[in-house]
Amino acid sequence: MHLITCPFCGPRDETEFRYGAEAGKQRGTAEASAEGWSRYLYGQRNPKGETREIWLHLACGEFFLLERNTVSHAIHRTQGLRREDRA
Amino acid sequence: MSRPRSHYSGLALLREGLSGQVGWQPAWASPSPKRAYDAIVVGGGGHGLATAYYLAKNHGLTNVAVIEKGWLGGGNTGRNTTVVRSNYFYPESVALYDFALRLYEGLSRDLNYNIMLSQRGMVVVAHSEMEMEISARLVNAMQINGVDAELFSREQVLKVAPLMNSQPNARYPIFGGVWQGRAGVARHDAVAWGYARGASHLGVDIIQNCEVTDFIIEAGQCRGVATTLGEIRADRIGLAVAGHSSVLAEKAGFALPIHSYALQAMVSEPVKPVLDTVVLSLGTGTYVSQSDKGELVFGGGLDRIPSYAQRGNPPLQEQVVSGLVEMFPAFGQLKLLRQWAGIVDVVPDSSPILGPSPLPGLFLNCGWGTGGFKAIPVGGWMLAHLMATGSHHEISKPFGLDRFATGRLIDEAAGSGIAH
Repeated sequence: MHLITCPFCGPRDETEFRYGAEAGKQRGTAEASAEGWSRYLYGQRNPKGETREIWLHLACGEFFLLERNTVSHAIHRTQGLRREDRA
Repeated sequence: MSRPRSHYSGLALLREGLSGQVGWQPAWASPSPKRAYDAIVVGGGGHGLATAYYLAKNHGLTNVAVIEKGWLGGGNTGRNTTVVRSNYFYPESVALYDFALRLYEGLSRDLNYNIMLSQRGMVVVAHSEMEMEISARLVNAMQINGVDAELFSREQVLKVAPLMNSQPNARYPIFGGVWQGRAGVARHDAVAWGYARGASHLGVDIIQNCEVTDFIIEAGQCRGVATTLGEIRADRIGLAVAGHSSVLAEKAGFALPIHSYALQAMVSEPVKPVLDTVVLSLGTGTYVSQSDKGELVFGGGLDRIPSYAQRGNPPLQEQVVSGLVEMFPAFGQLKLLRQWAGIVDVVPDSSPILGPSPLPGLFLNCGWGTGGFKAIPVGGWMLAHLMATGSHHEISKPFGLDRFATGRLIDEAAGSGIAH
């Protein structure tokens, strides 16, 4: 069983968390082409190895950044997404 | 250039049994790769081998190589729970999956290789009046699309699966279900080996332990692959590498709408015959059948964490086992024998991606999610058609990558409401 560190609550059981999306996606503007919008909605890097993702702690509702490896499942780091967390 | 092969039959068994088993030809050849082919299929699982077989058989293209980084059928073809069915909702999906089921029905004869297809039927069990409404809708859709389906009552479900939990205090009481009598199981390895043998016989080169490391791209066109055994050239390349589709797509310079997730499965210790059909519960999400050896083969939903680790995670394992024991309390006495996982391509609308890729010369067969095994014959047939003619088969047309930009998704997760 994995322990994942919520930036707000600290280490908790993996079953309390949910994967959200890959980090770093940029939403297009209203003028985005169908292809551009499709890339934003559905396109995935889906990397084998190191990855940066947005996760959700279901218990407290905090979204945060999680860096991990998709082959070893090792979790390197979590970080809050609030302005003060990123400073 | 076709290669000789032994014809498998009862008579051949008898003859070889009496003469010391020395007359069998190898099931397939293991040649060194040539420098160039007319077509290359990347991936030696069921879909890749079926593609090569149909390229040779349907289109007369025999100067073809299948390139596999490990051994034949060692990925998801060897890791699935062997269920074949076509109980889908949308006409496009039914056309696709029922084409596969019909090919499966004639495959042992076509390949002269016993794939041990057992059409023992499958029941998707509903646990409330609302689920019965949805089940009736699915049965109607299947019947309109020309596929066999029947709405089962509680009594009919308990007749085909008498060990199911029928107690008044059951967490998921049985209201009825969707029955497809033509569904069943087939021997997964035999499907890969049968196609490999058929393709090799027709002249296809099957190259194992050879990993594709990059694509050769010249003037914006895919001209071949770089491999651990050197460059191999061809102007038509098919990708059938479920689980790793994104990894190879990145090498070819584009991204796919795919998440790779682990799908786990497990078997119990073998017992005498207790279950002669396939059962899926809408409540628990667990499905189960009994293998010819007597093991209960079961699985459930995805581990919803993007992963390339071919192993299952404990929380979902617990959920799947809990589901099984809830459905069949008697199975709680059994021990788990093995547990494993395969990495599957999951697409937002739970429908496959078949068609040209953004790189000219490279064609896609991916995104089958948790249901690739049942689709092997049609996946191979469609990819072969694409590679041979350069254009879609009527059946594969709705499944192109362009649907994610046009918005014409085929959302089977919402449509058929069953695990994918």
